[in-house]
Order: sequence, then structure tokens, then C-alpha cells
Amino acid sequence: MNAEQSYLKLLETLSQRKKAGDAFELAGLAMGGAWIAKRLAADLNLAHFGVINVAFHRDDYAEKRMTALRTASAMATNLPFEVNGKNIILIDDVLLTGRTVRAALNELFDFGRPEKVELMVLADRENRELPITADFVGEQVSIPENQILVLEKDDGGKFSFQLEEHAA
Amino acid sequence: MSIDISPLSAAEGAPVNQFNSAGELTHLLTLEGLPKEQILNILDTAKQFVSVTDPAREVKKVPLLRGKSVFNLFFENSTRTRTTFEIAAKRLSADVINLDISTSSTAKGESLLDTIDNLVAMQADIFVVRHSVSRAPIEIAQHVPTHVHVVNAGDGSHQHPTQGLLDMYTMRHFKKDFDGLKVAIVGDIVHSRVAKSNICALKILGCTDIRVIGPESLLPSDLDMLGVKVFHSMEEGLKDVDVVMTLRIQKERMEAGQVPEGAAFFRQYGLTPTRLALAKPDAIVMHPGPMNRGVEIDSAVADCPQSVILNQVTFGIAVRMAVMTIVTSN
Repeated sequence: MNAEQSYLKLLETLSQRKKAGDAFELAGLAMGGAWIAKRLAADLNLAHFGVINVAFHRDDYAEKRMTALRTASAMATNLPFEVNGKNIILIDDVLLTGRTVRAALNELFDFGRPEKVELMVLADRENRELPITADFVGEQVSIPENQILVLEKDDGGKFSFQLEEHAA
Repeated sequence: MSIDISPLSAAEGAPVNQFNSAGELTHLLTLEGLPKEQILNILDTAKQFVSVTDPAREVKKVPLLRGKSVFNLFFENSTRTRTTFEIAAKRLSADVINLDISTSSTAKGESLLDTIDNLVAMQADIFVVRHSVSRAPIEIAQHVPTHVHVVNAGDGSHQHPTQGLLDMYTMRHFKKDFDGLKVAIVGDIVHSRVAKSNICALKILGCTDIRVIGPESLLPSDLDMLGVKVFHSMEEGLKDVDVVMTLRIQKERMEAGQVPEGAAFFRQYGLTPTRLALAKPDAIVMHPGPMNRGVEIDSAVADCPQSVILNQVTFGIAVRMAVMTIVTSN
């Protein structure tokens, strides 16, 4: 798993689309996806990027209780562009069950009706639980179900993936 | 007409249990004994909910309490508190049922707990209770099954926890930190559940300079006041404070002649621009409402830039959303 290499691959994809005159807005899912969106916006010289916090729409709210709201409290949803009629690229670090993306779509639609929504992820794991697929994938990874893939960002802004055991 | 509230066994001074076996908040009945982290958690959660009314958000509603029923049980009138609880519940997608108690079965002699049993049978999830009798919400909380949650919306002269919390939210919003903060509460302290909840929360959050200002007859002399500085003069008490909170004279809870009336009270304890000038230049003015202009507060002060009275109302919605979400999730 090479997060940096995956990032450059995604950057190249978007760079080509930008050159081709494609108009799109980036919206990163807090926290990891927002880091990626921020870096992509800087590398692509985009005027802005959005952040989506899925806490209000999580489906595991009853089990995770308030931790769901607390952990995301540092980053509120902020979409500094018109959502109606736009092509929006959702960005996340890891795609697993698809539940976070479902919640992100609900949150996004609370702000308006986009023309089109695409999904870009750094790493695509298996074990989908909802009919959701990524349009752009940095890397396809296969790791045991009991492990979590965590995106980290060093002081220089470089990305790396860490494997952690799932807390029981 | 008298409402039968017997039996009320939640005796004065008895411990209030508002936590589950894991120590999580399942009712909000009082701020007494609430750990600092839990208060901060409520304030942080409320901050999240302020963003629900972001103008860019077309749908100003979140689905966290979808399918839950919130029953507003106001045995004592309060338009502002009931309305903000109703808005808070609706922004969380809950169904809200407002009970007009004065025309309901309590007026026909049904006991409080029989009324509650009937509402539980109607699948109530949360009771928001305002009662003129202190500790009535505690009695209800002890009675309901564990999946039902009770939020105290003001009981007698005991507590008004969500008001205390929204006041803490307001102070933190404008003053950032409770460390070194000087807070003066002015007027009718003895009858004020708002003052009690505020003093309680301020102490828990580490505020070390809490002052109460008022005539002897309106200041309590009990343990609640431990560590609180008492002043009988506005000129002395307001010096260099960061926050001035004025309170309404609660005539309905006192006997005639207990305090100077209207203009006489205003002369001694009314918050005027001259008196406010004794506080820090950036001091904020708060009032839990309803306010009586020309009695406890001068109109010029109520409408001045230092007044955050309407901000309190707005923050109150987010704080009540946080409280209802937290108790329901535990």
C-alpha cells in the first residue's frame, strides 16, 4: 500500500480532466478525505474545496452513540460553492462498506441538488454492504476484515497508510 | 383549580439519579453533580448543531431523532422554553406533542404519575417537563421505564438545567474560557432556578469569581451559595466583571412586600448604562427572559451592543438539541 503513489495517480486523473475543460467541485469527507481534497485543490490550483461531515446522517448512530458526533466535531460541513447543478467529486481515504458514502450523499443533498456526483478514493477495500462503487480508485487493497486502514499525514503533508487492529 | 401532584416522594436533598449503570446521562434533571467532561460534551455537541441552521444548508433538519416522540409537558407556562424545545426536537426530526395541561385530565383529577403512565403507553420517548413544584421531573424520571428519557425544563425554584447550559454556551462563545472569568448575577436569586443552575455549572467549569447582587431578602443563605461572593450594592458588585446576568423578579413565587416594587427596585438594582460602565468595557449582558424593562434592566442596556440576550435564545435551541440527542443515545 503506497498512499503517496495512489495520491499522485488520482492527481493525474483530475489534472487531465481539468485540462480537458471539465468543470468539477471537490468535496472531501472529514477527516481523511478532507486532507486529500485540500491537497488536490492546492496541487490543481483550484479556488476552493468542500468538506463533508457525515455525523448527522450516520446509520450506526444508535451503536456509536455520541462518539460519532464528537469525533467529527473538529470539521463541520463546509461547501464554499453552489451545489445545485454542479458536478461534484466526493473524496474519501478508504472505501469499505459504503455506509459513509451513503451518509455523505444525504448530507450533500441537504445543501442542494447536484447535476452529477462521482466518488474518488485512495484505497478501495472489499466487503461492500451497499450498492456503491468508486469512479476513481488509487489502489485496490485486500486486507483482513478485522483490520482498519488508517490514513496518516506527516509534517510535510505526505500520506501513508497504517494498519490497525479493529477495537473489539 | 389545583393539580394533584401527589405522591411526590422525591424528597428535598435526596440524590438525583440521572445516569445509567455506565455513568452516561439518560435524563437531564439537574446540573448538580454533573461531571465537567459531560457538561463540555453537551456544549461541544451543541456547537455542532449550530451548523444545522447554516444558511447554505437548504434542509435545516437532521435525522438523529427520526421516529422518536417528544412530549412537552408544561405544567407551568413558558412560551420561550417550550417553543425552543419544540424547534430543537423538530430540527432533530422528532415528532413533538405539546400537552395543554390546564385543559387536560390533570384538571379532572388524574394524578401526575397516572398521566405519565398514559403517555408512556402512547409510546413517548422523551418527556420535557416544566413544573411549578421543585423536583417533580425527578419524580417522573424515577417512575418511567428505562427507554424513556426526562429533561427538566425548570422545576419550581430548584433547577433549570438547559437554561444553565445555554448560559454556559453563551459565556464560552463570547468569553472563550471560564478560567479567570468574573460573573455577576443580579436580582432575585432566591427564587431563581436559573441562578442556581448557573452557579452550579460555573463552579463545575472552574469559574472562581461568581458574585450575586441583590437585597438581603432575595439572596439565599444556604450551601448553594458556598464560594459565591455576596453584594448588596450594584456599584461594588459590578466592578470589573466580564458577565452581568440580570434576573426577573418572580412575584409569583413571593409574598407581597418581600421586595421593593418596580421603580424602587430599579433605583437600587436596575442595570443602567452608568452601572454597566463599571464592568469591563467588553462585558456581556445576559438575561434568561422574560425581561421587565425598567425594573431589572434599562431599555438602553437591553438593546446595547453588549447585550447577548437574543443570542442566548438562539444558542438555547442548539443546546436543547444536544441534550435530547445525548440522553436518547444513552
